Amino acid sequence: MKNKEPLILGVVVFFTLVTYYLVEPFAHHQMHKHVESEGFEYADIAKFTPTTNVAHGKELVTSNCTACHSINVENMPAPMDAVTSAATYGVNPPDLSNAGVVYDAKYLAAFIANPAKAANVSHKFNDTRPHPMPSYNWMQASEISDMVAYLQSIAVKAKDLTPAMAYENACGRCHAVHYEKWTQLGTKPAFKHEKDGLAYDIKVMEYEDSIKAYMGKLPPDLSMYIRSRNEHFISTLVENPQNHLAGTAMPRVGVSAETMEKVIEHLEDAGDAKRHEREAVGKNVMIYIVIFAIFALLWKKQVWRDLH
Amino acid sequence: MKNNNRRGFMGKAFGAVAAVGAVGSLYAMKKSWDPLPSVKAAGFTTLDMSIYEEGVMVTEKWRGKPIFVLKQSAEMLKKAKENPRDIERLVEVDGSHYMMCIGLCTHLGCIPAFRQDKNDFKCACHGGEFDASGMVQLVPPPRGFDIPPFKIDGTKLVLGEVGPEWQAMKDNGITL
Amino acid sequence: MAHFTKATSVKDWFNQRLAVEKVEKVMMSEYWIPKNINFLWAMGMVLVITFAMLLVSGIFLLMYYVPTVDGAFDSVNYTIMREVDFGWLWRHVHGVAASVVFLIIYIHMFTGIYYGSYKKGREMIWISGMLLFVAFSAEAFSGYMLPWGQMSYWAGMVITNLFSGGSLHADGLVEWIRGDYVPAQAFLGRFFMLHVLLIPLAIIGLIALHFGALRIPHVNNQDGEEIDFDVESEKYLAGKKAESKVMRFANDFMAKDLMVVGIFLVFFFYLVFYNYGFAMDPVNFDPADGLKTPAHIYPEWYFLWSYEILRPFNIDLGLVLFAFAQVIFVLLPFLDRSPNSVPANRRGLFGIWFWVMIVNLIVLTAMGKLPPEGIFSTIGLVSAILFVVQWLALPFITKFEKKV
Repeated sequence: MKNKEPLILGVVVFFTLVTYYLVEPFAHHQMHKHVESEGFEYADIAKFTPTTNVAHGKELVTSNCTACHSINVENMPAPMDAVTSAATYGVNPPDLSNAGVVYDAKYLAAFIANPAKAANVSHKFNDTRPHPMPSYNWMQASEISDMVAYLQSIAVKAKDLTPAMAYENACGRCHAVHYEKWTQLGTKPAFKHEKDGLAYDIKVMEYEDSIKAYMGKLPPDLSMYIRSRNEHFISTLVENPQNHLAGTAMPRVGVSAETMEKVIEHLEDAGDAKRHEREAVGKNVMIYIVIFAIFALLWKKQVWRDLH
Repeated sequence: MKNNNRRGFMGKAFGAVAAVGAVGSLYAMKKSWDPLPSVKAAGFTTLDMSIYEEGVMVTEKWRGKPIFVLKQSAEMLKKAKENPRDIERLVEVDGSHYMMCIGLCTHLGCIPAFRQDKNDFKCACHGGEFDASGMVQLVPPPRGFDIPPFKIDGTKLVLGEVGPEWQAMKDNGITL
Repeated sequence: MAHFTKATSVKDWFNQRLAVEKVEKVMMSEYWIPKNINFLWAMGMVLVITFAMLLVSGIFLLMYYVPTVDGAFDSVNYTIMREVDFGWLWRHVHGVAASVVFLIIYIHMFTGIYYGSYKKGREMIWISGMLLFVAFSAEAFSGYMLPWGQMSYWAGMVITNLFSGGSLHADGLVEWIRGDYVPAQAFLGRFFMLHVLLIPLAIIGLIALHFGALRIPHVNNQDGEEIDFDVESEKYLAGKKAESKVMRFANDFMAKDLMVVGIFLVFFFYLVFYNYGFAMDPVNFDPADGLKTPAHIYPEWYFLWSYEILRPFNIDLGLVLFAFAQVIFVLLPFLDRSPNSVPANRRGLFGIWFWVMIVNLIVLTAMGKLPPEGIFSTIGLVSAILFVVQWLALPFITKFEKKV
């Protein structure tokens, strides 16, 4: 008699794959807007001509920026602690030590010139409610690029920027990651006394109240975002939040493509920590299970030899 | 023969006694699944109605459910007055009209979103729509938003307590 | 009292007390299986293995899972996924197996329908099988609550709301099921109990019944042939293995069972390690939030077809049709009035009925996930009506079927 099993298997596999296609790739394509990455080009920002006058840049940064921003590597402390800063400005102004490596140079220059415009949040601000950081569009383009050159000169080398540093600079002042013990105020230390731990938590809450008022709602904890969203969504969202959520309060932070990869790696460390182990174990299990199947096949052949 | 009958009867009687025990324990099991007294006691929420602004949708919380409070603007009120089913749904406290209802779609319990530009509510789950007074505009939801039991106490509303205004709404079939 | 003699061997010792040889014959070596069957008959064994994997992985998850509304999410996503050695493996095996088990159940079920394996003394196999389907559905649903993510919470909300009975407004019943006005601690606690104790117990009992129901009528075969098992087994035992129409369950058919299991496991572990996303919805990696509905709420893929039957209608009609869809498969042996127990392709109109049913269920499944807008709601409505019409037509189609 003709062996019908290949045909039956074909039918089963066909219906399984059709169902899978319809409920997974097809349905998700219908439900979620697809946003293509622009390669972190920031094409809407005009071209930027780098300059090299680091000393002049330092002078300008010291006289214009350090009233609000700390630069820890240069031993320039913040004028206020993070909680007070957030209460004053809405969010704690970032430390500028590594701004030169975290952000795209072209974006950084555009941001200094006009923060609300570069961050794509002009809809949130107006004359009565200005962006907490003033525009420096009265400066010469070369002066701004000198400041960028200075910030680049003090920052760590791109290869030394760790995933955690990239995350903390680019996202960490608004988004906690409690699986990495990260709060918007920094990594939560281990306290010997419960009371100190609670005091720290209260400071975090006060800070969060300020951001809540500033952003409209508390930016979410990103511990599991690598699994609740995915790499593509997060990258394209960070690249330009307005592309995904028109009107969102989240600013375009202007990270470079390399920084983005590191941010993703940090989120993977938080929400998919065992991925390397999974890949390694997966390979071994697949090899083993194929051998298992081959032995099962050979045994069946032997048992069935007498049956026909 | 007589003996057999008797044995049959005793068997049935024993069965009946066992059934009483079974029903008794089922009753205990049923009661163990009831909401706890502490859960029920936490079922009262007081809202100060004087703090709301006209036309601004605020979400409060009562028994773990979102409560939509929307103080009606003049425009909304005008629209509501055109339709008796709409105006009846509004709660009047201290001269102002409020939409105050459970913010769950009456279809399957999702939370509809308030659309500021259209002054209405849209449910993302199955597409139901409600107007600014909470009346259903587009199916599948079978009825407007449910109104939680309330009692007016000066400028305050106590949710979870039955007042005459709510009782009237219930009797008139405006809410469940 | 039975007479015991001094045992001559360990085997004899057990034999006298537990009749192991007899049991071995009944269950394994003289449990006769027809030869004219194909790999679809191995799905039962595939299900046994998948259930075993669910049980074992579940035991390890149970050790660190915390059934509280504050602790559940982190105990799964932090403790089990990050801290417990191989915790991620148990979770992925458990999640993927929970999804794949339904694929196999559906294949197993439609194999039964296609070959007419629910008739002529096999009704109890079918009915116990459908009860298993219901128990597995309850197990899957209760398990889905446990990570306490957004989908857990909102699926719990929507599904328990079904019990209000539409216009009946049995809100008291819904609150009784939840133990609260909304899904909260009481709800999580009782679904945890159901998932790890009561429903697994029921499943194990039903599996025993399902196997028992199979023993007397024997398994069906792919030609609808009536086999005289006594005559054929004698032939086999007389050494005419090739001539006999039957074979032993063990080792003969079991060898093939395990071969199919081997191939299945290659597919299964590929999913566990490289393509698990379909079984672990991304939305459920957001912690439960009772004040924020996810943009799209849909059940896992295996519930989509019945969910779609609920959706296009107003709430009361939807619920009635939903209830209809839940019980109608159980009644199949009684709705099929034909005397034939042969493959569907030899049964004329029933053959068409069968393939239309499969395609329609897939369409319902797809529409159940897609947003209910425009053309998708229309297709869903037509499919849902077709599903009901097909079942209503079944007795008439089969009544006029010619005897093969």
